[in-house]
Amino acid sequence: MPLATLVPLQASILVLVAFGATAVALCRNTLRQILLSGVYGLLLVLLFVVLQAPDVALSMLVVTTVAYPLIVLVAIARTRAGGVDADDDDS
Amino acid sequence: MNFLAFGVAGWICLVGFYGAIVSKNLIHLALCLTVIQSSTYVLLLSIGYRKHGTAPIFKGVKLGTTAVDPVVQSLTLTDIVISVTVIALILALALDAHKKSGTIDPDQLADFHG
Amino acid sequence: MTRRGIRAAVAVPTLGVLGVVLFWGLSGLPPFGNYHGIYGFLINHRALPQRHTTNAVTATVFDYRGFDTMGEEFILFAAVTGVVLLLRKGSEESDEAESEDQEPPEDDVRSDALRLFGMLALAAGALVALWLIAYGLVTPGGGFQGGVALASAFGLLYLTVGYRPWTRRTKEAALDPLEGVGASGYVVIGLAALISGLPFLTNLLGPGKPGTLWSGGSLSFINWAVAMEVAAANLILYKEFLEEYIVPLARRGG
Repeated sequence: MPLATLVPLQASILVLVAFGATAVALCRNTLRQILLSGVYGLLLVLLFVVLQAPDVALSMLVVTTVAYPLIVLVAIARTRAGGVDADDDDS
Repeated sequence: MNFLAFGVAGWICLVGFYGAIVSKNLIHLALCLTVIQSSTYVLLLSIGYRKHGTAPIFKGVKLGTTAVDPVVQSLTLTDIVISVTVIALILALALDAHKKSGTIDPDQLADFHG
Repeated sequence: MTRRGIRAAVAVPTLGVLGVVLFWGLSGLPPFGNYHGIYGFLINHRALPQRHTTNAVTATVFDYRGFDTMGEEFILFAAVTGVVLLLRKGSEESDEAESEDQEPPEDDVRSDALRLFGMLALAAGALVALWLIAYGLVTPGGGFQGGVALASAFGLLYLTVGYRPWTRRTKEAALDPLEGVGASGYVVIGLAALISGLPFLTNLLGPGKPGTLWSGGSLSFINWAVAMEVAAANLILYKEFLEEYIVPLARRGG
């Protein structure tokens, strides 16, 4: 059995990324989900840095901090203010 | 232990699919699509990793040191920037559906005859 | 049983089967850290001598696989066109919106400290984004990352300075041609090589001095064209989405 090339730092960030993805996919309230998605994006940036990919980490950083929250928050605000509150709050 | 990287990528893909299938809200669906896309990024970068490799930037680094694969990184970084506009298109479609029918629940939209 | 219940009941076994096949496939990959791909190995060793770029990833994106990047750029262009078609107001609605422009909506920022911070942050952010684009061939960076960072720096204008300066500085009449110039610039640079008898997208200007701004030849021009297109496309996206939010606010009287 070959020695593990996976450093403990990489392993711990991978586990955190798995938990983050589960939280984002299973969250019902869209406002909470976009906040969780921001945290998940930052965890992915950490993972990309630790996997020796600085270009990929830079592009994920600029995308997940400004672009995604802006468009998703506008979509949430517009679909709430339109009259029918289509946002589900259970679980 | 080495399989953890690929295993996490597979797990993220499956959980993203589950979230997208049982979704009650088109915006929640779009965010689950981003989770599925991120699983492909994790898989690609895990495949390209080389043991004791550094980043493929050679400024101040001697040419010939072990570096990770740059081809998968190029695929991933253009994909991340493009996926923002594709998710924006999906959200614009959801906004348009909301304007026409007043709801963004996929089940209720399926019954709507616009 | 509700539709969603049926979907959940069908999804779990299907995803179980998919998971089994997926993990069986993933276990056939070479172990983590033992990737023996020869293409990446060759690029790592030949990017600096051939193209004089120290960033092997940028050399791959814009030179060795430049044709794929052109296709991806057109995905961006098509998606932004789709968003504009869906969200941009028709002519009678936009006249109504412009008459509302007389009274500013209540979400104008009133704190002077915040406005000052916004101006300084915009200047700093724009500088960092331009540095990312210009030195993308030398250190981590490039047209894609710097373009999105530039658009985000301008997006900060709406949040910290207010609605009026934002609409004044992001006119559609300026952004649409910029995006077109960026997208077509890529094709024009490739066609320039084709016209002189070489294959499409060949490096015409010869590699420059490695580690400086002038390295990689026509690679750096392609870099700037892509940065222009990505920044303009992202700004159009933010503008269209924010208009969806601002206009009903103004119409309701703030």
